[in-house]
Amino acid sequence: MTGSVQLEIATAEPIPRARVMGEDWLDLPQDLYIPPDALEIILDAFEGPLDLLLWLIRRNNINVLDIPMADLTKQYIDYVETMRRHRLELAAEYLVMAAMLIEIKSRMLLPRPEKAEEGEEHDPRSELVRRLLEYEQMKLAADNLDKVPRLERDFERVTIYLDQLANKRLPEVGIDDLMAAWTELLKRASLHSHHRIGRQELSVREHMSRILKQLREQGQVLFTSLFSREAGKPELVVTFLALLELTRERLIDLFQAEPFAPIHARLRHDSQ
Amino acid sequence: MLDCAMTVNNLEDIKRVLETVLLASSQPLTLGELKRVFADELHNDLLRRALEELRQEWQGRGVELALVADGWRFQTRPAFQVYLDRLNPEKPPKYSRAVLETLSIIAYRQPVTRGDIEEIRGVTVNSQTIKSLEERGWIEVVGHRDVPGRPALLATTRQFLSDLGLRALSELPPLPEVAKESLFAEVADTP
Repeated sequence: MTGSVQLEIATAEPIPRARVMGEDWLDLPQDLYIPPDALEIILDAFEGPLDLLLWLIRRNNINVLDIPMADLTKQYIDYVETMRRHRLELAAEYLVMAAMLIEIKSRMLLPRPEKAEEGEEHDPRSELVRRLLEYEQMKLAADNLDKVPRLERDFERVTIYLDQLANKRLPEVGIDDLMAAWTELLKRASLHSHHRIGRQELSVREHMSRILKQLREQGQVLFTSLFSREAGKPELVVTFLALLELTRERLIDLFQAEPFAPIHARLRHDSQ
Repeated sequence: MLDCAMTVNNLEDIKRVLETVLLASSQPLTLGELKRVFADELHNDLLRRALEELRQEWQGRGVELALVADGWRFQTRPAFQVYLDRLNPEKPPKYSRAVLETLSIIAYRQPVTRGDIEEIRGVTVNSQTIKSLEERGWIEVVGHRDVPGRPALLATTRQFLSDLGLRALSELPPLPEVAKESLFAEVADTP
């Protein structure tokens, strides 16, 4: 039997399989020939030549091995021409399949050698059958596997939110840490306010006046005698500042007879 | 009340501790890991019994206690996924047929090389396919075949089983029978 008629398939699917140059393709290709324009799209629908072959066999009940080989070969040669300009690597696997089919066909046409010994006769199609069966089994297995309920698609893991689940573990702070921090803060604040005691009502101007008055009464005095013994540090500082200020304003002179000799203070003459 | 000083000596206490620990864990916990949370050394049988009872207690709820390849974990029941999806409408992307077929070849025929996969599928294996399965944590390289080129041998991981809610490879759906007769009746019949 020759299979040229068997290639005619009656598929009537309303859903377009692909769109090629604005035209809907309602049917998948009816033989191994795929119009070059549709090649990439059609081939995307199949997972390779085995898939395509399986589809042809299962869906259309055709005997792939009885395909008119001359036509097929011509079609595939047209492919090569087209694919040279497009994506040759996509067609390569299909070409291998075509070559395989042609080889099988030609082997079957050859007269079979007499079987001398025991052992089953080797059918050239058996390897193809084995591969098709194995592929079909895996294809069905993939469908089944996809139906198994899957985490994050069909169900979720249940977890109470805990801090440690966050990617970054942040430092922990307890009530004791807070207490310690607060105590420290208070301590520092008290130190700070202690310093502020220095803000007594000490005025540099006031001391300047006092010093001027003292110098006017006493004339030349020892530098040290301008500082009162009972004064606290802040007052000493202010007195010193007052002296500097008076000097700067050229109201008094500070002088010493020689290096390391006692310093004296007196009014400048021109200020009197 | 359970507190730190509690001595866990009855089944109810053990169940409450297990429940708390499992709910608070982001990963499945093995029996060994669960054992470590108790100060006292508990017998495996006692733990298993407590876990089994705990599983019974959660029957009829939207959440179930399940034993998967990586251990015990709480998970939602698939029947309630539709509600969760409304809460978070972003659906995970679907895997292509190429990925699924590659995955099932690795799952059922492991360990396999890329060449083995290509032989069965009749097409070149896309590197992206392998990569996406590796990134999902479902497959890994378990060795190299001692042939020229030393191709990597791929196998599925425990996480793959856990993510499918399975405990072992033997729980995978059985390989479907394919009807050889209908495929090439002639071949079988040829004398």
